[in-house]
Amino acid sequence: MLEGLIGGLFNGISIGAVLLIVALGLAIVFGLMGVINLAHGELMMFGAYTTFVVQNVAKSIGGIAPEVYIFAALPMAFLVSALLGLLLERTVIRYLYGRPLETLLATWGVSLILIQFIRSVSWPMLIGLAVFAALFLVGRWVLTRYTDWEQIKSWANPVFLGLSAAIAGLTLFLIESSGSDKFTRAWFSTRNVDVTPPSWLRGGINLGATLQFPFARLFIIVLTALCLAAVYWFLNGTAWGLRIRSVTQNRGMSACLGIPTERVDALTFALGSGLAGIAGCAVTLLGSVGPNLGANYIVDAFMVVVVGGVGKLVGSIVAALVIGITTYLLGSGTLVLMFPPTDFFKPMIDFFTFFATTSMAKVMVFALIIAFLQVRPAGLFPPKGRSVEL
Amino acid sequence: MATDMAVQPRLAAKASQKRKLMIEVVAVIAIALVLIVIMPMLLSGFRLNLLGRFLALAIVALGIDLIWGFTGLLSLGHGIFFALGGYAFAMYLELNTLPDGQMPEFFSLYGVTELPLFWQPFNSFPFTLLAIFVIPAIVAGLLGYLVFRNRIRGVYFSILTQAALVVFFNLFNGQQKLINGTNGLKTSTSVFLGQEVGTPAMRMVFYITTVIALVAMYALCRWLTSGRFGRMLVAIRDDENRVRFSGYDPTAFKVLVFAVSGAIAGIAGALYTVQSGIISPQVMDIAFSIEMVIWVAVGGRATLVGAVLGAVLVNMARSLLSERFPDVWLFFQGALFLIVVTTLPDGIIGWGRRRFGPAISSALGLAPTDLPYLDDSAEAEAVVETPEFAEK
Repeated sequence: MLEGLIGGLFNGISIGAVLLIVALGLAIVFGLMGVINLAHGELMMFGAYTTFVVQNVAKSIGGIAPEVYIFAALPMAFLVSALLGLLLERTVIRYLYGRPLETLLATWGVSLILIQFIRSVSWPMLIGLAVFAALFLVGRWVLTRYTDWEQIKSWANPVFLGLSAAIAGLTLFLIESSGSDKFTRAWFSTRNVDVTPPSWLRGGINLGATLQFPFARLFIIVLTALCLAAVYWFLNGTAWGLRIRSVTQNRGMSACLGIPTERVDALTFALGSGLAGIAGCAVTLLGSVGPNLGANYIVDAFMVVVVGGVGKLVGSIVAALVIGITTYLLGSGTLVLMFPPTDFFKPMIDFFTFFATTSMAKVMVFALIIAFLQVRPAGLFPPKGRSVEL
Repeated sequence: MATDMAVQPRLAAKASQKRKLMIEVVAVIAIALVLIVIMPMLLSGFRLNLLGRFLALAIVALGIDLIWGFTGLLSLGHGIFFALGGYAFAMYLELNTLPDGQMPEFFSLYGVTELPLFWQPFNSFPFTLLAIFVIPAIVAGLLGYLVFRNRIRGVYFSILTQAALVVFFNLFNGQQKLINGTNGLKTSTSVFLGQEVGTPAMRMVFYITTVIALVAMYALCRWLTSGRFGRMLVAIRDDENRVRFSGYDPTAFKVLVFAVSGAIAGIAGALYTVQSGIISPQVMDIAFSIEMVIWVAVGGRATLVGAVLGAVLVNMARSLLSERFPDVWLFFQGALFLIVVTTLPDGIIGWGRRRFGPAISSALGLAPTDLPYLDDSAEAEAVVETPEFAEK
């Protein structure tokens, strides 16, 4: 009995830790900026694929590298996702601040593009993209430098866009038709790829006959705790963290006091995206990696943010753990065993047996979340004051 | 004398409105006739079936427009209501095909010997007809009530509807014994009105039904959005707090309009199911429900014509593009989302009205109209204030 309880608690916490590490970046971006980022799952996916690439490089190096690649993969995944997030913020999201529903749709569009990008990325495609970006940006730069840009803007922008796209497309076509097969083929197949964890992360600590704490799960719990500590320190102990918190509380006043709010926005978004990358790296330990990886986590992560309330990290922590433990207890059927098998408890047992699968547990958890929101509509730790309006 | 002078312009405005309505009625009937009479002559059976499906999807788009374009509620969970309507009709068809007392074949695969209780009423056709729109309406109303009651709105509402969608997907996907799980229910070989559903004659019947349903739903939405009720919806969209302070209860209106929208989606689901030949939990895919929103956005929010046009256009583009270049479709769709949201917030119809509206109105001898949805007026202005302030 005790063993079952400890096992259940551990598994629940480990599910909660995965949820939390995914939701952490989301909570920062949503809680601090009010931006719903539906591409968060895809940023995670990029982190996971970065891990896959790092692992392959480590394998080709050989020696000790395959054992320690995860420590290189974590910062790499953070960096790749953060840069991608920065690009996203600078090109799309910053035009949509204050319009959360539009942001939601736009980021969904971005997520579709990212999924297809992973499916079909190849050298020719990258070259085509580079040619396009170079032509378009350099062309615009030259024009802004030497002509009256404001006057010709209305026709020059589309013309340049079309011209650069056409030239890039032509380049792409030429390379595709002449290049060798090895060069032109897509980097990743559309099927899932597997990341092999280092050997020291396989197996686990055995406690008793049936109880096992897998190392991979322990690693994720530790990683989540470290990320939390780092984020907490960053927000509360550094100058940029202070600026972020100040912009969150009162944007106008912060701007008056000389805080560069645009840079703060970009930084916050990059930080949230980078955390998605780390989450992506972490989930490679749990299963295979595919272009649709993000979709599996994103809805649950949003639920964590909704239950936790925006703006407070502690809310997300509690929410993630509670949701994780509840999901596990329901899904594994542990609750069924709690009742003595007598006729009196039969309805209860039948009821919990019905929900004792992973997918049905989600149904129950959602019902509980809706019920919870009847009592606390703004989550566990609601923000105070007029900023609540969204 | 003085009263006459005041009455004159009002009468003129009324006459102009009446004329406008007449023109609209004639146009709608003309389009419906073109769809029913001319399209079957021009298109092959396969293409006509596709068009019928797109028109069924246009009905959902009307429902989405009602709540998003007019009321400002972005639902990402309309797949639920679509699926409920579809399943209701498919369950009736399953039972109708079999002789009395027999059970659909798939039950025996999972060792179910007795027809589950909730299948029983679907033996009756009148009940099914009601269920197609009443069940989605009840589910939508309940979900809406539980959410709106607490003044949960905006993106929170969107996220919750999306989560509800995932939940319903799991529910239908996981319950093999009750509803055949992932495989869904096939309707193409079922019998309806003594004929097999998949035959060309029956397809034609469903196609015409779809066109009529589309016109009816258009009329319903038009009626709902034109009078006082419609103004209330727009008021809720633009400033809910002010509505509340004026002594109205927005919750009731929102619940009602969400339920109506769910009912419309249910009807669309039923019509789509018989034309595509199957209903499965796949229609509760997250992506599908978000696509519904983008149809409305492409056509133009808060313009009912836009919703229909957007749904048909986007789906046509999809079937054309994904047939030839399956790789490009996702890129194209993603770009569509981005472009519509960032540069074309009023959609095709909004852009067209702004550009050509005055010319068309004057050609028909009508008074110019204001756009019902000017993007940068309502929500944008209210909230954007702060970032703009920060830049200066």
